[in-house]
Formats: sequence, structure tokens, C-alpha cells
Amino acid sequence: MTMTDTFAIELIDIDKRFGAVHANNKVCLQVKQGNIHGIVGENGAGKSTLMSILYGFYQADAGQIKVLGQSHTFTDSHQAIAAGIGMVHQHFMLVENFTVLENVILGSEGGALLANGMAAARKELTRLADVYGLKVDLDATIDSLPVGLQQRVEILKALYKGAKILILDEPTGVLTPQETEELFRIFDALKQQGVTIMLITHKLREIISVTDQVSVMRAGQMVAHRDTCDTSREELAKLMVGRKVLLQVNKKAANVRAPLMKVKRLCVADDQGVMRLNDVSFELRAGEVLGVAGVSGNGQTQLLEALSGIINMTSGSVEVLGFTMDAKNPITPDKMRQIGLAHVPEDRHRMGLITHFSASESALLGYHTDPKINSGIWLNKNRVEDNCKALMSAFDVRPADPHLKSANFSGGNQQKLILAREMERNPDVLLIGQPTRGVDIGAIEFIHQRIIDMRDAGKAVLLVSVELDEIMSVSDRIIVLCDGQITGRIDASDADEKTLGMMMANALDPIDPLKTMDDQLASTQQASAQENQV
Amino acid sequence: MSDVFLTVLLTLDATFRVSTPLIIAAMAGLFAERAGVVDIGLEGKMLAAAFAAASVSAVVGSPWAGLGVAMLVSCGLAMLHGFATITHRGDQVVSGIAINILVAGLSVILGLAWFHQGGLTPALDNDSRFLSITLPFVDQLAFIPVLGPLYKELISGHNILVYLAFAIVPIVWWVVYRTRFGLRLRAVGENPTAVDTAGLSVVKLRYKALLIGGVLCGIAGTYIAIAHNAQFTRDMTAGQGYIALAALIFGKWRPLTVMLACLLFGFLDALAVRLQGVALPGIGEIPVQVIEATPYLLTVILLAGFIGRATPPKASGIAYVKER
Repeated sequence: MTMTDTFAIELIDIDKRFGAVHANNKVCLQVKQGNIHGIVGENGAGKSTLMSILYGFYQADAGQIKVLGQSHTFTDSHQAIAAGIGMVHQHFMLVENFTVLENVILGSEGGALLANGMAAARKELTRLADVYGLKVDLDATIDSLPVGLQQRVEILKALYKGAKILILDEPTGVLTPQETEELFRIFDALKQQGVTIMLITHKLREIISVTDQVSVMRAGQMVAHRDTCDTSREELAKLMVGRKVLLQVNKKAANVRAPLMKVKRLCVADDQGVMRLNDVSFELRAGEVLGVAGVSGNGQTQLLEALSGIINMTSGSVEVLGFTMDAKNPITPDKMRQIGLAHVPEDRHRMGLITHFSASESALLGYHTDPKINSGIWLNKNRVEDNCKALMSAFDVRPADPHLKSANFSGGNQQKLILAREMERNPDVLLIGQPTRGVDIGAIEFIHQRIIDMRDAGKAVLLVSVELDEIMSVSDRIIVLCDGQITGRIDASDADEKTLGMMMANALDPIDPLKTMDDQLASTQQASAQENQV
Repeated sequence: MSDVFLTVLLTLDATFRVSTPLIIAAMAGLFAERAGVVDIGLEGKMLAAAFAAASVSAVVGSPWAGLGVAMLVSCGLAMLHGFATITHRGDQVVSGIAINILVAGLSVILGLAWFHQGGLTPALDNDSRFLSITLPFVDQLAFIPVLGPLYKELISGHNILVYLAFAIVPIVWWVVYRTRFGLRLRAVGENPTAVDTAGLSVVKLRYKALLIGGVLCGIAGTYIAIAHNAQFTRDMTAGQGYIALAALIFGKWRPLTVMLACLLFGFLDALAVRLQGVALPGIGEIPVQVIEATPYLLTVILLAGFIGRATPPKASGIAYVKER
């Protein structure tokens, strides 16, 4: 252990329990200074808990934390920040109606009055922006910035507070591929300045392409440490799940038949009158999976909700299974279900199930009027439970206990329960939003296979997802939504990440903000590269 | 002509007097809600402060002692609200209403027990009250047309708490927008998690905000009992805490616009008094109830469409729990 002083972070036997859950079980980790260190693991493996402990957000029950060779006990984030740790959370910790500058100085304002501190911060931030290529308008309010720039603000915030070690929790989840590339370029700049980066993600491709080392967590324990050059996606996936996992979906060629849904010039405006869907037209045919790609928040939610009858359209029409719906003649979600359209909502906690209901109750939502489970005006409890048991066994929901509260299932099992509810009624058209968000790799494999089975049975599936890998491997055709409009249509066999990324950013548009952001960064990087040469 | 002018001046003068407790209470509410705590209990805190001020002043004979104890009592209730909603994450509306009900009953019971005057406190002599202050040069300037009477009737001749109310508003603005505390206050009402991860204490910030609100409600209650009136009477705040909350929404949680909203509501109130029994040409006599209902109606109507969306601080009303 003579090399101890070169470790940026050393965690020794960290232990943490939340009630019955052993979130971290004697976790050890060493991160070398100036390296990019990846941490992978399934949801609930304990990655986030570990990082929260390192950041002082939670306190460990036992164990030791060393930062740059020094022992620390953090009782709040302030101490972790003082020790040189900065964190970029998955959900940005930004005050949306504050300016960039106000967000950055929050917590280190430099005096009781703002004026002086703000002037000093402005100077320092301009310097940091130059050194690391993190250009952003300091006086813009956060809610006016695209997600990629908001993330830069988070990084700037950490650096401004003197971070030597930067922890990023799922940083690419909300980014387009181009923004992701930008982020990785920033990583390089940070690394060159001696900043240590810890990258927490479930995207194995990214781990392989940017990290120096990688550690794998499973069920609260650290199960492996690898040099990235000595490992592969397949090995990491196996370590994470504990068994071999298929990363590709097995499917045969699609047997496409007549269209079951025709969407014509669909427009949807929200409460504020903003057009969230603008002139969207497509056909969904029997025997195919149509993927809808796009960065989250570009109209996907409105598309699913309009097509399933939850929200009214502003104009346009939808022909589905022999019925026509338009602005004046809406079809209720209930009627939709009756005619054979099922909907798996994007947000399973908000719309998919009721978390404090038992599994058997959540398993009949929307189908509660079915005579099979009713006796007169009463629900027949036994048949409700039998119904749930049948769904659970068909979709391998664990634990197979109809009495368990919906909230107490893991994300993957909640999702399987919802999928079972919607798919086992044998609908002709299936709308699915984010089927594998927050779902473990093992369950993802299962869910993808079920979607393909539906397709092969001659059903029409509309798959909305922000995961490009998922869109590319499951879909037959892909449409891309950007700012409520379809900005690309492509066969899945012709699609690659780069092309889809360009479509998602609508990069053909000459005044695209992301593109100008790219250009800005490229020029500042060139400038700093020249400085380095001199 | 000068009669009309004088009537206008007197109405505006009354507006200032009626608006004073609204403004101070609304500023109290502003601190609480900007920090993310809904404060329905403004009403109860003012009523408690009014009772405390009137009682202490009656016994001790000093309005300043009354003011001091009123602020202490109001702060105590604010801390109770904080203990229920911040420390124990109770429902903020329920806690606020509970305080209102508690005070409404307790003030009368204590009044009965202590003073035996049917729940009233003894009527105060002028030494135990905050009296009107005549500003210098009133008489010297009286001859100047328009400005002279304006100065004499409108600006001069209020008690110190009225001037204090109008001085508080720019101070609140300055604190909220120009100081470190203000930045943190605004942040904790919008996104407490961001404040927590910046290494700041959400709990402490919210308690501080409530404490400031307590002090301000203490002043507002004192004004009602021993400056505007000369004794405590049952339910004497008469819903002004709720009007202050309406003004807070109406003014979109910004100090200066909130003050204007309070003045508007105060003006309508003053007008109601002035129009009592007066027949307007072409309309006839307007029922007092209609005018008295106007502030509430106006709030509903204007919020529904005319002033655009009133977006409250995002975390307002939500207890802060560290996420797992």
C-alpha cells in the first residue's frame, strides 16, 4: 500500500443499510488520481448510495473514506465539497428560474451581500470556461438553456467550488449522441488538467469508450475491478447480472401487413398554447415495431397520450382499428381499450400503476369493469387475485405475491406487471413508452423479447424510447421527433447512432443552438490546444 | 372642486391606514412562501399578536412593551408552525389552519380569564397606544395648493407603524434580491435539493424565514390592536391574513407588486366605507357587501386571466425529504 498517496479516492469497507435493505455491503474502491473511473451496476446495486455517501449526502454505518490520502468523515455535503469533491447529479440540482451565475454561487456567495461575490465569480467562471472549454452565458436563466448546457452549468458549479474529483451520475441519459460526444471532450480537457472523474452509468458502450478503469457493483457489493482495456461489454454485463446476457435482440424479418393506425397531420397544444406536436403524420402497420426516437421532452409524451385518447388533439386525425378520432370526436381511453388498443405509459409511477395499491389492484387498472372479475357491483376478490397470479406467472413477476404493495416491487418487476396487464389482453395495437427505463439488464432482455413476440403475432407496436440502442435493436422502422415535429424517418437496418443523433438535434437547421454550441466549443478548444503547444 | 379633492385625499389616507397590516402580513407571507412554506397562519399570528399587544399595553401602559411581547408571541406560533411542518413534515395548510383556530379560541378565553370584559381587553388610553405623528412644517406648507393639503392629509398624521410598513417593503426587496440570505431563501423555495447539495441546511433556512415572518406578523397584529384601534376585540383581524395571502398571489410573490396589491385591496376597503349609504348617479346605492367582496372577486377574476399565470415558488407547500 505504498501507492496510497496517489489515490484520489479510497473507500474502505463502506457499509450502509436502509431498514431491511443492505444497500452497501463492505464496499471497497480505489480511484487513481487523474483517471476516469467507471462504476457500473444494475438499478439498486448500490452505486448511487455509495456516491451519496462519498458526497456526504448520507452517512455510512461503517467504513472509512480517504480523499487524496486524507481520512474524512462527511456529515454533510459542505465537508465533501471542502475536501475537493464535486457531484453532477442525474437530475440536475439547479434552480430553474435563477441565472447561471446565481446557481453557481449558491452556497459559496463570498459575503453577505451578493454584489461583490457575483463580480468575483463572474471573473473566475470566465477563466474556468476558457481553461476547460465550458462556454455558457452566465446571465441566461436555467430554464432557457438546453439540457446539454444545463449539465455544463453543473460541471462549472463543481469546478468553481474547487472540485478536484468530479462524480457524474448517469450524465448522458438526457443527452443527444452529439451532446454526449461534447461531454466526453470536456472529460478529456478535465483529465488533462488533473481532475479525477468518476462516471456512474449503465451504458456499457460509454464505459468502454471513455474510462481508464471500471468497477462493477452487484446487490450492494463490489464484485470486480478491471482496467477498461482488459474487459468487454459482454464481460461487464455478465458481472453486473451474475449470468450471461444477450445484448442483441434475436428477431427474424418482419412480416408487415395492412396499417392498423393512420395518424394524419396531428397537432397537440399544451395548456399554455405551445405546440408540443406539430403536423405529425405516420402509419403504424400490423406486424411491425415502429420506433419513436428523440431526446426526452420533444413531444413523445404528448404523442402517446394523444394516441391513447388521454389528451385531446388540437387538429389532425387518427384512424385506428376502424374508428376515426379528431379534435371534435375524441375517443376515451376506455373505448380505446375496448377496441383493442393498449398503452404502457412512459412513467410507470405516475400513470402506470398506483404505488400504494396491492399488485392485484394495480393489475386491473383500466380493466376493472371486466365482467370476468366482477360479481354484480362488487369486485370478486378471488378472481382479481387469480387474474394477477396469471399475469405474474406469464411475465415472471417476482415475487409472485398479489398482496404485495406495488411500490415494493423492483422497477423491472413493476414494469413487467404493467406490460402483462396490457399485453395479455391481446390488443391489436400496442403503444409502449420507455419500456425499460430504470429496468435491470436481465429484465430488459425479457421485455424486448415479448415486444418482438407481439410483432411476430401480427400486432402493431409503437415503441417510444430515449434509449437509441433499444430503438435500433427492437424497431423495424424509426421516426425521430424533435420539438414536436418528425425530423427523420429511417429503416432500422439503415440507422446508426450518428444519423439518428443528427435527426434528433434537427441538425439540418442552420440556426440550431446545439450546433452553434458545438462550433463555439470546437474553436475554443483549438485555441487552448494552440496555447498548450506554445 | 376642493371638496372632491379632499374626499379623494381622505379616501387615500384611509387606504394607507387599512393597507398597513396587509402589507406587513403579506411581507411575512412572502418570506415564508419564498422559502417553500405555505403560511395560512398569518391570520392567527396577527390575531395572537393583537391580543398580546393589547393585553400587555393595558397592563404595562407602554405600546413598545406591547409590540415586543406581540412579536415574541407571533414568533412562538411561527416556530410551532415550523416544528410541525419543517421538523415533522406535517401538512402546511393543516398546521396553519390549526394555528388560526387555536388563536381564535384562546385569545377570547384568556381575555375572559384575565380581564373579565367579555373577551375584550381594557380600552387603552393614548399613552398606551401608537399615536399619529404630525410631520414637521405641515402648517407652514399648508398654503401651497395641491401639495400642501396632500402633505397634510395624506403623508402626515399617521402613526409610526404605518411609516414602518412602507419602509419595510424596499428593505424586503433588498434582502430578497441583493443579499446572500435572499438568494438562499429564493433557492430553497424553488429547489430545496439544490440547496441541500450545495451544503446548506434547508431546515435552518426555512426556520429563519418563518422567524422573520413571525416578527412581521407581530408588528401587523400590534398595529391592528393598539394603533388602528384601542383595544382587542374578538376576531378583530377579520380575515386580513387571508387577504394578505391573496395579495401575495396577486403580486406574484414580489415585494413591490405585493405592496401595490395590498394598496388596491386597502383602497377598495376604504371605498366601501366611503360609499356606505351614498347613492351613485345612475347606479343607485351599492350594497356594502358587494364592495367588501370585491377584493376576493378581483383576485379570482384577475388571476383567472388578466394578469397572466401566477407561478408560486416551486417547492411551496412541500415538506423537504432527502430522496433515497
